[in-house]
Amino acid sequence: MRVTGPVLKGLLYGAVGYVLGGPVLAAVVRAAGGSFPFDLELAAGSVLGTVGWLAGVGMWDVWARGWFGLPLRSWPEDDGVARYFRFTTDHKVIGIQYLVTFLGLLFLGGALAMLMRWELMRPGMQLLTLNGFNQVMSLHGIIMIAVAVAILLGGLGNYCVPLMIGAHDMAFPRVNALSYWLTPPVAVMLLASLLVGGWDSGWTAYPPLSTVNAPGQVLMIVAVVIFGLSSILGGINFLVTIARMRAPGMTWGRLPIFVWSVFAASLLSFVVTQYLAASLLMVLLDRVAGMSYFHFARGGTPVVYQQLFWFYSHPAVYIMIVPAFGAALEVITHFARTPLYAYRWVVGAFLGIVGLSTIVWAHHNFTSGMPDWMHAPMLATTEAISVPTGLVFLSALGTLLRGRLWLRTPMLFALAWVWNFLIGGITGIFNADVATDLHLHDTYFVVAHFHYTIMGGEIFALLAAVYYWYPKITGRMYDERLGRLHFWWSFLAFNATFLPMFWAGLHGMNRRIADYPAALGSVNLWTSLAAFLLGASFLVFLYNFVVSWVRGPRAEANPWQASTLEWQVPSPPPVENFPAPPAVVGAPYVYGMPGVRHAVLGAAGGSER
Amino acid sequence: MHPAEAAGRLSAHELQNARLGLWLFIVSEAALFSAFIAARYLNLGTSRPEELNQLLGLGITGVLLLSSLTAYRAETCIAHGDRPGFLRNVLWTVLLAGVFLVGVVVEWGEGFHYFPPSTRYGTSFFSLTGLHGLHVLSGAVLLLGIYLHGRRGRYGPGEYWPVEGVVKYWHFVDVAWVFIYPTLYLVG
Repeated sequence: MRVTGPVLKGLLYGAVGYVLGGPVLAAVVRAAGGSFPFDLELAAGSVLGTVGWLAGVGMWDVWARGWFGLPLRSWPEDDGVARYFRFTTDHKVIGIQYLVTFLGLLFLGGALAMLMRWELMRPGMQLLTLNGFNQVMSLHGIIMIAVAVAILLGGLGNYCVPLMIGAHDMAFPRVNALSYWLTPPVAVMLLASLLVGGWDSGWTAYPPLSTVNAPGQVLMIVAVVIFGLSSILGGINFLVTIARMRAPGMTWGRLPIFVWSVFAASLLSFVVTQYLAASLLMVLLDRVAGMSYFHFARGGTPVVYQQLFWFYSHPAVYIMIVPAFGAALEVITHFARTPLYAYRWVVGAFLGIVGLSTIVWAHHNFTSGMPDWMHAPMLATTEAISVPTGLVFLSALGTLLRGRLWLRTPMLFALAWVWNFLIGGITGIFNADVATDLHLHDTYFVVAHFHYTIMGGEIFALLAAVYYWYPKITGRMYDERLGRLHFWWSFLAFNATFLPMFWAGLHGMNRRIADYPAALGSVNLWTSLAAFLLGASFLVFLYNFVVSWVRGPRAEANPWQASTLEWQVPSPPPVENFPAPPAVVGAPYVYGMPGVRHAVLGAAGGSER
Repeated sequence: MHPAEAAGRLSAHELQNARLGLWLFIVSEAALFSAFIAARYLNLGTSRPEELNQLLGLGITGVLLLSSLTAYRAETCIAHGDRPGFLRNVLWTVLLAGVFLVGVVVEWGEGFHYFPPSTRYGTSFFSLTGLHGLHVLSGAVLLLGIYLHGRRGRYGPGEYWPVEGVVKYWHFVDVAWVFIYPTLYLVG
């Protein structure tokens, strides 16, 4: 009860909130003679249910009571495993909560992908109905998008950024806990949507379909808007933390590159996420209030949705990939044992990506019937973004060239990132060019490109970072042999899965469909078999992750002899991280420079926090 | 902005953090409004119906602008330790917010008749005024919160971050209307 109490209370309050905000309110309104569509019942119930859930898991006790002048309650700081199941404000606890939750969702999304590949193994229908395939495809999409947005920022960003800048916590620890505890209701709503018919419009939820399909769409919209709120609050928290919580001497030019990448991604997410919320809210208004934003029969304009939606959703891929750049470069520089090549150029590149990514959105709409004059500018800006991206890539190559490589599992995954992202980046050019995109749009070429950047790019960088920080976070060492096995298995299976998809797309394989011409049978059979291998490779990771945490050998404070601050404290770090604020005296990556230091610890700086 | 800090005492460093956090939150909120404003122009250009009640629109705009003045005076009063003045001005602000909301409700009544939500103008009109109205309502609740806390003497010179936060939020809600008003009433 000590451990499960808050979560059970949250579930109870959440259920009460749902019933009050949904069915009860609807019954009252209907009894009074008003109309209350089922869509509205779902939306209002989920919102109030989320509020109840938050109150139950501890937000009421440790925070909201203060709003009403009541004394706050608190839990003991060091309360073992119970800390992970309630509204704890320690950034390290929240980082682990994010990491474990979203790894779970990653496996769920992966299992859905396996279902799709089973269906696509042969032409004709095997396992799923047509509508069932659409629902599985949509759910796979949105779950993986949520994972890609939150796992690096929420998980490793939360855990590592305060440590890396020498802070005792994030700037707003309670907002941080709120950001995390908003995410379980999101997962619940996405899965519960299957109970009310699911939704079949993909993760992009394009109208007019999304304004008229099953009520599951409403739950998806509310879930994504709440997830957006979590993302915005997290972004603001990172910006203030990095701007104002740095240890004495930790100048902007001395920030580890991962911190810079989190800063850049947050700069994007805290603004553009609102456009996702807005576009989905408009769909919701069309459904529940009879409005005519996109509802075709009422004179709405569906293509406006695409403009607003992609104004978030293109920058969103940079919210996903920029922290991955940071994580991969972090691993590469530590394991090449040399300072990061062209550090300042990389920082400039991150900021350049942030700026450029907000003016490229309409390359998703080349075939959507948007005004012709938008084609050429969007082509040009999209191609221009390969310049800062190329700088990041050259920095990785320069570091590798000048360093002496230490090929442990994190470094292997970082090298895989170099390869995968190279293919993902180059194939993006064909999607950015109007002439080729008209042919490639909505084919598996796009699917392959996207998975090379986000799975091959971000998730491989995530794996590099998870292996890299695993000893710090768990206090245990993972099994190096299993790590290498996971690397070779997943790297080869990943490329075997997605490389043929380019070919399939070029030969007319449409994406998001459950069936295809028999001529495409062999490439799909190959892709499916490779995908099952890829899925199986993650079982090695899961085994290593769980078993090493329980039984692995104790990790030292700094098994990689790395120079940045998080490695200068015990593994795992104590509550509040540092006994006194460290004094930062030099650049972050001091390799091959005897006597030069990044920071001096233990010196009581006496600075205020 | 969070009355959470109502009873808490912030250090100078925490105060600066809170200020920056609130400003970023306001920038983010502005993006949300900008999306809905953009949708109005993308969906129906600058056309607007003749039946709009221009006098009412102008009136509630004036009321909301005035409420920013009283909100500002409330903050200045508490900064100078004038608690009665602070309480009086907060109440005036809440009252003006109430008048504004009543005006919106009247306008909604007329709107349902002339340009219901299913029309293209009605879509933008009801969602923009509705979104903004929710912000006014939440601002009024927060103002009532600082009024009640203020009455118990929770704030004083140098210890009034919740007041500062709520008032800044209120100014933002006001500025948002300054963009919404011409978008709905004046262009075209």
